[in-house]
Amino acid sequence: MKSKTIFKAIDIVLLLAAFGVAIAVDLVMPVGLPATVLKKGAVFAVVAVSMNLLNGFTGLFSLGQAGFMLLGAYTYAIFSIPLEARASVYYMQDHVAGFLNVVELPVVVAMIAAGAVAAIFAFLIGLPVLRLKSDYLAIATLGFAEIVGAFAKWEMLGPITNAPNPLVNYPKFSKVTTYFVAAGICIAIIALLVRSTYGRAFKAIRDDEIAAEAMGINLAKHKMISFVTSSFFAGVGGAMLAMFQSKAQANSFNTALTYEILLIVVIGGIGSLSGSVIASFLYIACSEWWLRFLDTPDVIPGLTRNGFRLVVFSAVIMVIVLFFRRGLMGDKEFSTERLVKGSKQFVKDIQDRKARKAKEVN
Amino acid sequence: MNITIDHILAGISVGGQYALIAIGYTMVYGILRLINFAHGDVFMASGLIIVYLTTAMPLQYAIPIVLLLTVMLGFLIERAAYKPLRAAPRMSVMISAIGVSYLIQNLALYITGGLPQTYPAIPWISDSITIFGAVTKRVTIITPILTAILIVLLVALIRYTKIGMAMRAVSKDFETSQLMGIKINRVISTTFVIGSLLAAVGSLLYFTSYQSVVPTSGSMPGLKAFVAAVFGGIGSIPGAVIGAFIIGICENLIKSSTDFSIFSDAFTFALLIVVLCVRPTGLFGEKSIDKV
Repeated sequence: MKSKTIFKAIDIVLLLAAFGVAIAVDLVMPVGLPATVLKKGAVFAVVAVSMNLLNGFTGLFSLGQAGFMLLGAYTYAIFSIPLEARASVYYMQDHVAGFLNVVELPVVVAMIAAGAVAAIFAFLIGLPVLRLKSDYLAIATLGFAEIVGAFAKWEMLGPITNAPNPLVNYPKFSKVTTYFVAAGICIAIIALLVRSTYGRAFKAIRDDEIAAEAMGINLAKHKMISFVTSSFFAGVGGAMLAMFQSKAQANSFNTALTYEILLIVVIGGIGSLSGSVIASFLYIACSEWWLRFLDTPDVIPGLTRNGFRLVVFSAVIMVIVLFFRRGLMGDKEFSTERLVKGSKQFVKDIQDRKARKAKEVN
Repeated sequence: MNITIDHILAGISVGGQYALIAIGYTMVYGILRLINFAHGDVFMASGLIIVYLTTAMPLQYAIPIVLLLTVMLGFLIERAAYKPLRAAPRMSVMISAIGVSYLIQNLALYITGGLPQTYPAIPWISDSITIFGAVTKRVTIITPILTAILIVLLVALIRYTKIGMAMRAVSKDFETSQLMGIKINRVISTTFVIGSLLAAVGSLLYFTSYQSVVPTSGSMPGLKAFVAAVFGGIGSIPGAVIGAFIIGICENLIKSSTDFSIFSDAFTFALLIVVLCVRPTGLFGEKSIDKV
């Protein structure tokens, strides 16, 4: 009992340490690779966790994440560009939609609006689409993301979306800590949802739809809650990604982005929130920082040049998909207790094996 | 008026090319219940291979070699990425397919250095001709004819040969056919070989009318061909072909209108969502019942 409290305390300390790192980076090195990695990692953590809620906890294989992120990014950008800056953003358009001249939302409200718009669209598309089974759902949501992308690029909507030009000049978070706090709030809400009765219902649906329904779980309702919540946070994540990229453009929210997030979820472990968070930071750190050298010509003569990093990356991902299907965490959450007990067990296993071998030799 | 004929011709041509890809999807889905996301990238890889081959040898050698290499690629993907996951849940196999697609695209990006590769002009089929007063390439006319011939051959193969019978049995009931002594891995490999071969032919025809290949140029035709397969009723070959022609023609008609041309891709997916909701089995699909 007592050791449990100690382990819990260590967990909390580790969590606080993560925020400590963010503050430290802000103080010591506000510009540079570590700051970039932490910011982008936080954004991807939100989106990966939201995707995991759907794919890992509810068993709904959806590939529409990029579409909801795009809705979030555009909503945030459109409503948060300062009124006086609007003219300079929309200068290519003949006219702009009337409400753009009056409505300006503060950052936090615009972020919530971003999530809300994504959630509303999720509800509307979810009505027909959520009846579909596994791979049909995947392809339908993928198609939805493509449709959203086409609308965002449509010049007839230019007075609102500034198509075909990107949206710029909206307020952005400048500090790593802000990104961390925003991401932390989003992830905490999802974690609470997963641990509630709703979360248990989601898992029941994932494990066996028919059994879950027989136990009195309303499938349509719970699938919809999961889908809408996931999309809400994908929208907020999209708004954060827009801040990080400092321009919102439909082209960057493509299918490749969805695949990237899916692979992060797989690396972290389908059904583990902490796994998704850890994997996001690892993935971003590798792709933006640690493995950058692979793209520099002639580090390994004749082999490393532009694009080699991505080849190594995708090969590693294939290895994970094929041989370590459980990812980093499987469907367990991170806890110091499990880590310590696990490593004790591991050491013991090795000792046992050694002892057995020694016996066999004798 | 000419514009319309132009677009319908282009639509029929693209439709034939989609049909050749769609068959690969529909056959694999019929047997493994897997959306082979990498199929579109095999199609793209086939286009890249011929670009590199023609720099080293004349076209009459390059074409048979590219067909062979594409078939090998399809076979290898199945063996390396799908076979180890035979017992795994369907989601894992699909993720593996996405992983393969990601790998092929990144490899292509690395090899080409991100530059679009100019597709070699294939003499005779890329010559210009005039029909109904519309100028087009000869490939536009050849595609539907070639597609029809290949499909007749394929249907004959499935209906009258032993391996075809095995394929039909496996797609009806995976486990029972295994118990009946059908070598399941051989059947699956054959399916991938046929699918890749048709994709290679499709890529020869498709890229002739597009002139250049980039690493992502396989993903959109791939997805559209999949939609065509679903539209026609997944698992049904005639369904996939008809679906592909309908999508090819509609897409080109949308492209012809100035205001809505951006929706030519989105239309396909809107059609998909509508079809899945109204008639999930597609035009010619069989009804399947999930048992507890």
